[in-house]
Amino acid sequence: MAKLESSLKNMLLSLTCITLIAAGALAGIYTLTIDRINAQKAAAEQEARLSVLAGCEEGTPVMVETDGFGGKMKVMFGFAPDGTVLGYKVLEHSETPGLGDKSVWWFQDEAKPAQNIVGRVANGTFSVSKDGGDVDAITAATISSRAFLKAANEAYFTFRGEEDAHTGASQMVKEEEEIEETIIIDEKEAQDE
Amino acid sequence: MKQLIVSPAPHAHSGDSVRKNMLLVILALLPAYVVSVVEFGWGALITALISVAACMLFEWLITRFMLKEPSHLDDLSAILTGLLLAFNLPSNLPWWIVVIGALAAMTLGKMSFGGLGQNLFNPALVGRVFLLISFPVQMTTWPRPLGFATGYIDAETGATPLYYLKQMIKDGDSSLISNLPSLTDAFLGAMGGSLGEVCALALIIGGIFLICTRVITWHIPVSIILTAALFAVVTGLVGALPEGMSTCQYVLYTLLTGGMMLGAFFMATDYVTSPMTGWGKIIFGIGIGLIVMVIRTWGAYPEGMSFAILIMNACVPLLNRIRPRRFGEKKK
Amino acid sequence: MSNAKQTFLNGIIKENPTFGLVLGMCPTLATTTSAINGMSMGLATMFVLVCSNVVISLLKNLIPDKVRIPAFIVVIATFVTLVQLLMQAYVPAIYATLGLFIPLIVVNCIVLGRAEAFAAKNNVGLSAIDGIGMGLGFTLSLTVIGAVRELLGTGCIFGGRLFSDDYGMLIFVLAPGAFIALAFVMALVQKLQKK
Repeated sequence: MAKLESSLKNMLLSLTCITLIAAGALAGIYTLTIDRINAQKAAAEQEARLSVLAGCEEGTPVMVETDGFGGKMKVMFGFAPDGTVLGYKVLEHSETPGLGDKSVWWFQDEAKPAQNIVGRVANGTFSVSKDGGDVDAITAATISSRAFLKAANEAYFTFRGEEDAHTGASQMVKEEEEIEETIIIDEKEAQDE
Repeated sequence: MKQLIVSPAPHAHSGDSVRKNMLLVILALLPAYVVSVVEFGWGALITALISVAACMLFEWLITRFMLKEPSHLDDLSAILTGLLLAFNLPSNLPWWIVVIGALAAMTLGKMSFGGLGQNLFNPALVGRVFLLISFPVQMTTWPRPLGFATGYIDAETGATPLYYLKQMIKDGDSSLISNLPSLTDAFLGAMGGSLGEVCALALIIGGIFLICTRVITWHIPVSIILTAALFAVVTGLVGALPEGMSTCQYVLYTLLTGGMMLGAFFMATDYVTSPMTGWGKIIFGIGIGLIVMVIRTWGAYPEGMSFAILIMNACVPLLNRIRPRRFGEKKK
Repeated sequence: MSNAKQTFLNGIIKENPTFGLVLGMCPTLATTTSAINGMSMGLATMFVLVCSNVVISLLKNLIPDKVRIPAFIVVIATFVTLVQLLMQAYVPAIYATLGLFIPLIVVNCIVLGRAEAFAAKNNVGLSAIDGIGMGLGFTLSLTVIGAVRELLGTGCIFGGRLFSDDYGMLIFVLAPGAFIALAFVMALVQKLQKK
């Protein structure tokens, strides 16, 4: 078959056909996969909530923003009704790579109780051992550690409903709807990375 | 047409050589090195030895087996790179990290560009920044100085005075001032920091020696130091300093802590990676001074001297377009 | 038959997209933080490459020359979107790390380059083989760079630990390490090829 000439009719026809077929194929695949994609998203949401609340039904997620060493640090904490820290997730930070950014896992390392805050009952007085507290700071990143623990304390005060002078940014998430919203934001951010 | 090889006057040789200049720089570094051995003990000695030996070894291996050229270790440049690299490392760094730093300095920094004279970036700083990004914990854990009694806590676990300075400006927390060494300690070198950067006095002596022997000119160090000082003065004037710290104090801490003196006198003035003309050098120095203060004030790291020098190194080919007027050429 | 074999090997060795043609540097630098990430990106690109090569080769006479580029892009974009949907549905974990870079396959020079330089001039069979060869070449290069970066950066390979726990040369996981690793692997490959 000879190659089609580049006449206006041919160009329009071939492009239209190709785009139509492409659109059709994509629509088909989309219908086939959308259920599964939604199920995966729901599972990811559930997982994010579980990771902060550690499966505790009555837990409350609290979002705080604080000044870290490199910039804003956004963390979500989960508290049980008695104030026990159920878990946390660092949603956004600009700490130094290899130093301050360890806060993502450092304070929930189950193997190292001296630095783990998950499972402890919060009372708003977390501080690093160097400042007389009982939480071990990240090696060579004391200031990031202080910032993180300050965030934890602020989160606790917000959770208890007390007014904390230092934070305007803290917000309490209680309604089920809002929780959904927070977690969706969270997932979006994870993807953006 | 026959080609003529033209070389600029003067044609008489002054006796100046790469080897002689390198030797003078090494001599100028000795006072600071002696202080660091006094301050940090065996660690300083061992780190420097490993660094120098590793740099020499890697240069020899590359010239011998990859380039298949005769060795030019006798120009002393590998020794100088090794010594400067060691000056930029904490003295308690594990030996294998020092070796990796030397490898990065010689391969990435120097030989991959074609060896001495071709490199775009200061090899010792390439090695240091490579290590700083690769091993941030080890690279920012400083030993406590042994020699003089020190008044500030925290020397063992990672905070240099700059760390506190930065935090103070950020939070306006004047309680951190007590964590700083006294200005005398900072001047004499009794504070945490990289092996060779702590003693401002010894570095200034070395720097003046280099200027007097005409190994370096005044342009780069003076423009770096003045720019940084001016920046610090402005910081003080706009009221960014916490209570209890005067502008004058802040300026002095800015100049005496971190790698300021080492960078200004020894790292930025490297022949290969700095501009050739006086104005070029002054712009180069102003650039370094500005970038280092921007990093120190707003950046993610407390110290920015090595980054500042490397960034300005990249501008050197541009700055070298500033050329002196040729003799007899008319002004445009 | 020898023609097919040559076409196949061409993409893997002589005209290796990464080390020979130096195309598609954005995904090469951005996604090779670990061997598995590099490999996934390579495989996703390979899938798109093979499909688009086949379709474009089939349609080559139906596409007038003056509109060939938009037509190629539509075909490629269709397959990329397809990969994106499928990955989201079946391998969400890998999609989470590579998600941002998958849509960029559309503008990956290799895919359009092969469509233009090969598929538009050759028959379906050869175009498919070219797609597989180029795709494998790309996958291999990305896996090797990913493995080097993962090993030097974290001491692991495909997640399996080789060095001690304390080891970690962070620079290789970060962006500057991508350039350094790419440069040295490329230099090594060039050296080996010259022999």
